[in-house]
Amino acid sequence: MTTLLKEHDLGTPPRLGDLVTVEVDGMPVSVPVGTSVMRASALAGVDVPKLCATDSLEAFGSCRLCLVEIEGVRGTPASCTTPVADGMRISTQTPRLEKLRRGVMELYISDHPLDCLTCPANGDCELQDMAGVVGLRDVRYGYAGENHFEEKTDASNPYFSFDPTKCIVCSRCVRACEEVQGTFALTIEGRGFSSKVSPSGTSFFDSECVSCGACVQVCPTSTLEEKSLISLGVPRRTVLTTCAYCGVGCSFKAELRGDEVVRMVPYKDGGANEGHSCVKGRFAWGYATHKDRILSPMVRESSDEPWREVSWEEAISYAATRLKAIQERHGAGAIGGITSSRCTDEEVFVVQKMVRAAFGNNNVDTCARVCHSPTGYGLKTTFGTSAGTQDFRSVEHADVILVIGANPTDAHPVFASRMKRRLRSGAKLVVIDPRRIDLVRTPHVEALHHLQLQPGTNVALMNALGHVVVTEDLVDREFVSERCEDDSFAVWSEFVSRPENSPEALAPVTGVPAEDIRAVARLYAQGPNSAIYYGLGVTEHSQGSTMVMAMANLAMATGNIGRDGVGVNPLRGQNNVQGSCDMGSFPHEFAGYRHVGDDSVRAIFEEAWGRELESEPGLRLPNMFDAAVDGTFRGLFVQGEDVAQSDPNTKHVKAALASLDLLIVQDLFLNETAAFAHVFFPGTSFLEKDGTFINAERRVNRVRPVMRPRNGKQEWEVVCELSRALGYEMHYDNASEIMDEIARTTPTFAGVSFELLDKVGSVQWPCNEKAPLGTPVMHIGQFVRGKGHFAETPFVPTEERTNRRFPLILTTGRILTQYNVGAQTRRTDNVLWHGEDVLDMHPFDAEDRGISDGDLVTLASRVGETTLHARISDKMPQGVVYTTFHFPATSANVVTTEFSDWATNCPEYKVTAVQVRARSREPIEESSEAAGRSSHREPSPANTHPEDERHGVLARGRVR
Amino acid sequence: MASSDLVRMANDIAANFRYLGTEKAAASVANHIRMFWAPAMRTELLELARGTGTPLDPVVIAACQVLKTS
Repeated sequence: MTTLLKEHDLGTPPRLGDLVTVEVDGMPVSVPVGTSVMRASALAGVDVPKLCATDSLEAFGSCRLCLVEIEGVRGTPASCTTPVADGMRISTQTPRLEKLRRGVMELYISDHPLDCLTCPANGDCELQDMAGVVGLRDVRYGYAGENHFEEKTDASNPYFSFDPTKCIVCSRCVRACEEVQGTFALTIEGRGFSSKVSPSGTSFFDSECVSCGACVQVCPTSTLEEKSLISLGVPRRTVLTTCAYCGVGCSFKAELRGDEVVRMVPYKDGGANEGHSCVKGRFAWGYATHKDRILSPMVRESSDEPWREVSWEEAISYAATRLKAIQERHGAGAIGGITSSRCTDEEVFVVQKMVRAAFGNNNVDTCARVCHSPTGYGLKTTFGTSAGTQDFRSVEHADVILVIGANPTDAHPVFASRMKRRLRSGAKLVVIDPRRIDLVRTPHVEALHHLQLQPGTNVALMNALGHVVVTEDLVDREFVSERCEDDSFAVWSEFVSRPENSPEALAPVTGVPAEDIRAVARLYAQGPNSAIYYGLGVTEHSQGSTMVMAMANLAMATGNIGRDGVGVNPLRGQNNVQGSCDMGSFPHEFAGYRHVGDDSVRAIFEEAWGRELESEPGLRLPNMFDAAVDGTFRGLFVQGEDVAQSDPNTKHVKAALASLDLLIVQDLFLNETAAFAHVFFPGTSFLEKDGTFINAERRVNRVRPVMRPRNGKQEWEVVCELSRALGYEMHYDNASEIMDEIARTTPTFAGVSFELLDKVGSVQWPCNEKAPLGTPVMHIGQFVRGKGHFAETPFVPTEERTNRRFPLILTTGRILTQYNVGAQTRRTDNVLWHGEDVLDMHPFDAEDRGISDGDLVTLASRVGETTLHARISDKMPQGVVYTTFHFPATSANVVTTEFSDWATNCPEYKVTAVQVRARSREPIEESSEAAGRSSHREPSPANTHPEDERHGVLARGRVR
Repeated sequence: MASSDLVRMANDIAANFRYLGTEKAAASVANHIRMFWAPAMRTELLELARGTGTPLDPVVIAACQVLKTS
């Protein structure tokens, strides 16, 4: 887009209901009953002047600028707070209204600095616009009266500033924090002339503010302003694209001057986020132009040699020659590839195609192996396809919400805001999690039940819930008999009814009182609309797949599938986990979750790709590492993942990487994995990519390039060139041709094209002849597999047990301001909030060990140990400790083990037996591994990461 | 691949199908391994099952018989 996209602000939110017809300045318009006069007028093409109103917030009626006259109504009511009535005749422009509005504006301007020419918002200021609209020419009160010009700017937040001299106290920011974000960090302090916006009496940085940016977005003046805009000036053009952080998949307007991003503003018409954002997507995009970016291909003979910058041709030829040499010597199956959930569908698709067609094997896997592979197994077995059942909007119809093993306010914040909105309006919340996550008790939201179960006992708890549903006759018999298999239901029903699955029998196992389990089962079964949202606290267990099936069983038994407000919904971790799985990244499946052993499916791809394809499954990611250590697997292509930091049992992973004859890394930065690499292909950031991401609700979103690839090539082009160098011709003129191939070969994507996405914004698969505009809610009327299948889910305790040496259980996860291995967020000011991984532990566990808050501690398991600072927190249950894995200096996965989900080998990150020992209160020193890395990185200018240097300082800094 | 990894993975699968009884569990384990394991891993497992002293679950050993005959 060559111009700046400004969305039409209709003033107040939409309403649903029967239509009524009104007349605005003589023009008829039909709107749903309950719609405000302001919105009806805007829909009729008449924008009533306004300052305190915006269509993302409920009407407030404070600015008195939007006054109108209504035939038969006395006075001049505010159009924002007045609902329409059938036959209403409204006048928006009369001499009386013009006079009143000018008077209002005079009062505002008499206490506003007249520095428009030097104001950062010059040309992007609603106050300025309204002064023009109402025809303000002078201010009768003058400017010498009492004012707020001496107020100090609060620039404590790294991304935006608060200049109270420009504030008109419209309360938009306060209301956005409440209504949109649900944090309630802001308030209006004082009364009358002393009224001012306040982050509750402290600075923005020290407040409860989560930096979602909602307040900045709605501010009609330059009071709350992005610092990037202050320094760069107002943007000139917009590119619509999709955030590259979590699985919510927020749509953003990238607002630019030339090719330089001024700011990222959430897009109101984005299907997933509908105009909201979080601190990562809104502000933490600076990594894309960080000086650590590697922009030239590099090669080296062995990982202890310095890197050598080479041309693309040389790098690709070098990689191909070495890959071919490995295959000649060790066989076709000695090499493989890993796709990335941070890359586009198109980039992922070509990597798996290269492995299957050019490498000639099925040794391709994806990082979803270590997060949501059990979702694939569990939901395919029970429902027939590997995807969440609902769109995000569905939560607005839920009456009971079960959040299981997920922490949405940190990991999926924009969806969490949507969920909190529904909870504030009356839905009941159940949290099932060992930790007291924020959602358990947050402003105006409180869980009715928090089942604080023992880590590793999910399946036992779910069976107990099933027991209550069956034995207390809470089963939706009509749904089960119409929609599900009779025989599998009978088997499951008998299984969960057994006494050993009763809440009373399992209470000692789960640690959850039987009466709480019974209460939750009754609540869920009686909904009437009950929805399950879950995260990696479900999947990253030795019975992750069983747990997914157990949740699906419960949803089917109670009829909570196939309509709005219900469902089983995985909250995907990375931006394109769903897409990378959909694109055929697993070693046993082609795109669309079809087994490689299916002759008819394989024939489709053999015809499309002109190659005979392997019919047996390839190696999974952990199998590749095991085989590498064993010497049978010798070459690996890693697309955009840092397995040396993210995968469990770091020592084993590093041993595997060090064993390879050839490791090719395609990434933005020289990450931990690249320390073992022989070829480095520089990658592209989301601001350079052209393609699609698919979010947790199966929504295919466009990712549009804001700038040319800084490395000179799109990642899919590099893969095609490598494939050609290996002797398999792979060519596309552009990314849309890749999506066309996906659509030709994959029935669930048959209707998807860039052309369609550009036209309608986004679609949720299946998108085909039957559903040309996609499928927001799945399994309506019939499951994808036909009848729903109930799986028996016996509880098998994990082999990972606490003992005298390792008496605590460690679980790992993420935090709001950081993302995955931190490669992106560590290169932004988000480190000011979270500059290191810390270990959360219960006060009693700390006291037992003589540990105080902030102490340096050793965290040890049977496979390794690391050092980090302790944070004493009663959010933790006794006996359980928690940390994040965002920082290589900590390398939390040094501690996690080889245990994994029985069906998919998804690692058991959530249960590791550990011990914690006090060390001292000294800051963390840079790890010897990190220090040793330097030699691998020479002569690259990016050898030293600034955060590595800063780490010691930040370790002493504030941790939230 | 290290035999301990294969044994652990196979035994984990067996533990989750054991509720079916040995015969059905063996068939389910065999089917699971056929669907998801690379051929080289299956071959190694069959070799382990032929040997003595490998701590394989009896269900896995029975599953290996199914794999051999199918």
